[in-house]
Amino acid sequence: MTEQIDKALEREYEAGFVSDIESETFEPGLNEDIIRRISSMKNEPEWMLEWRLKAFRVWQEMEEPDWAHINYSKIDFQAISYYSAPKSMKDKPKSLDEVDPELIRTYEKLGIPLIEQQMLAGIAVDAVFDSVSVVTTFREKLEEAGVIFCPISDAVHRFPDLVKKYLGSVVPTKDNYFAALNCAVFTDGSFVYIPKGTRCPMELSTYFRINELNTGQFERTLIIADEGSHVSYLEGCTAPQRDENQLHAAVVELVALDKAEIKYSTVQNWYPGDENGKGGIYNFVTKRGICHESAKISWTQVETGSAVTWKYPSCILKGDNSVGEFYSVALTRGAQQADTGTKMIHLGKNTKSTIISKGISAGKSNNSYRGLVRMNPGAQGARNFTQCDSLLIGDQCGAHTFPYVESRNPSAIVEHEATTSKVSDEQMFLCRQRGIEPEKAVSMIVNGFCKEVFKELPMEFAVEAGKLLEISLEGSVG
Amino acid sequence: MSNTTSSTENSMLKITDLHASVEEKNILKGLNLDVKPGEVHAIMGPNGAGKSTTGYVLSGREGYTVEQGSALLDGVEILDLEAEDRARAGLFLAFQYPVEIPGVSNLEFLKSSVDAQREARGEEAYTSAEFLKVAKEACKQVNLPLAFLKRGVNEGFSGGEKKRNELMQMILLKPKLCILDETDSGLDIDAMQVVANGVNSQRSPDRSFIIVTHYQRLLDYIKPDFVHVLSDGKIVKSGDASLAKELEAEGYSWIHNEPADELEGDLL
Repeated sequence: MTEQIDKALEREYEAGFVSDIESETFEPGLNEDIIRRISSMKNEPEWMLEWRLKAFRVWQEMEEPDWAHINYSKIDFQAISYYSAPKSMKDKPKSLDEVDPELIRTYEKLGIPLIEQQMLAGIAVDAVFDSVSVVTTFREKLEEAGVIFCPISDAVHRFPDLVKKYLGSVVPTKDNYFAALNCAVFTDGSFVYIPKGTRCPMELSTYFRINELNTGQFERTLIIADEGSHVSYLEGCTAPQRDENQLHAAVVELVALDKAEIKYSTVQNWYPGDENGKGGIYNFVTKRGICHESAKISWTQVETGSAVTWKYPSCILKGDNSVGEFYSVALTRGAQQADTGTKMIHLGKNTKSTIISKGISAGKSNNSYRGLVRMNPGAQGARNFTQCDSLLIGDQCGAHTFPYVESRNPSAIVEHEATTSKVSDEQMFLCRQRGIEPEKAVSMIVNGFCKEVFKELPMEFAVEAGKLLEISLEGSVG
Repeated sequence: MSNTTSSTENSMLKITDLHASVEEKNILKGLNLDVKPGEVHAIMGPNGAGKSTTGYVLSGREGYTVEQGSALLDGVEILDLEAEDRARAGLFLAFQYPVEIPGVSNLEFLKSSVDAQREARGEEAYTSAEFLKVAKEACKQVNLPLAFLKRGVNEGFSGGEKKRNELMQMILLKPKLCILDETDSGLDIDAMQVVANGVNSQRSPDRSFIIVTHYQRLLDYIKPDFVHVLSDGKIVKSGDASLAKELEAEGYSWIHNEPADELEGDLL
């Protein structure tokens, strides 16, 4: 049966095409001069450049972490280009009519229509191509509601006070090696501000696309939900199929002020490399949110891409009665490696967190859950529930669980449940005996396994995620 | 596909000299069986005789290797087909221990099964609304609450509920040949009666049944036309329903002394 499932798992990476776009790309290399040039490309104020340079000096003193359960060839940071933008973006197109049609076609091919008439109702999109934001839809409509949704490079100019106050407030520059690097060289990403008491009238989403060869993508996203506000944000990512590894090192910071709620969903489908581990994206990402009193942050992620994933979307539950959630599906196949999980740091009283992690490993891949639940002395009456399930497909893959629990408050309650199961011969045979194709059977069984997480995704994304798993598991059966 | 050929006229299932092995161990050693449309055949026999293996070999389970022989389902050779294609050709196996598929709703599973078979026949898949109606009807027929359609496939079902769920699948898939593998195991008398009534309601002139069972008691409720005794991979004795009673009274030990070849001759 293993052979059959392996065949069923063979897939083509549908987003693997390269767009023919003339770009302005920096020569590879990383030094202070490169950082000055990135800053000047973005016409940044002095304070922003200083912030970057400070981060660069911090990064130079740091060491690449090696504690994760992943193996990859050392990254040569001098061989990467740190800035690439379509030439047509240089004149800052004022409207969509002025945007290079090839860029619009790229997003169309990826299923993200940017043209107003075709846009998905109720979803505003920020499309980031290599190092720049190409277009942000529905901006005016959102601004009527007081919601700011723009590229972070615009926010630096238009809302410097908010950026200065919150940038680096959740993930400090020296938090970790990749975060420090991002602080120095970040290029674009989304900025969101939801005013007090406002329910964002539509879903916000950012679609990241890496196109240029040997270019790193260092996106930076900052979402601030003011008191009593509510926002749902979605993020998607793809890259062309190439033999070289490419680095993606993002930082995402979420600030949920008193009684605010942020729902952050990711469907990550970076190019995973080939069966033997050649090529693919190195995905080293730092995502963290802070919850003030009675606030709630909910992370949902569906991770199917990347050669290497190193990612721990986390919540600092600072305010009393705040809530953190993490729902994750991570699918690895071929030679993919994922080390992903979350950190729930309980500081406030009666804080609550829920972790549901579903890891699916196939082929020769390795899939690890790594999660920390910390109950600080002040976390009176805090509660955590963790459920961590692994599904193995075939007999050459690995599933690993690394739970860390630190409780410094005797009234805090931490629960952890973990299971490991296989797609069994019996399940496959039952499906086939009823007439169902093996590919369809595997995808149905895997989708069933992920159900608890998929139901947390916004409707449009739940459908996309289900399809993505289906594509991931699709293939010919002899 | 053509319904019949001259050599197998009027046979729903014709098994000829079937030899099969599991992990290189020969289990079936020349099985012959001829089942006409509308007939109910019971296969009985001691543990290890190859009863369950017969069901798995016919339905194409992986790990069960056909060494030689033929099995024609309604005139079509099925031993070369993939498991799903045998199912689409009209073969249904009711499992002894139906497996759970967590998170996959029964309704989704049933619809996928029915649609796969409809599409193979060139019919259109049901719309969700159409199928829900059909599934609700089937649910009532086997006396399961409608909530079972929403629950995961066999997830947390009792033994009896699992068997009724199998029956529901049979009702929806409308197979030509149903193989019931030890359907009575793990059921109390009441549950067995419900299942037996369900099976009886599905008997028809163009549907045949093979009932694999160790005990005679199920045959009190589903009356077979023929009873066969399987021993060491062959049918060693055949008769009518009274043979089952005889076995119940005397056990299986006496059959080993019978010359098998002669008895097989009766069947052909």
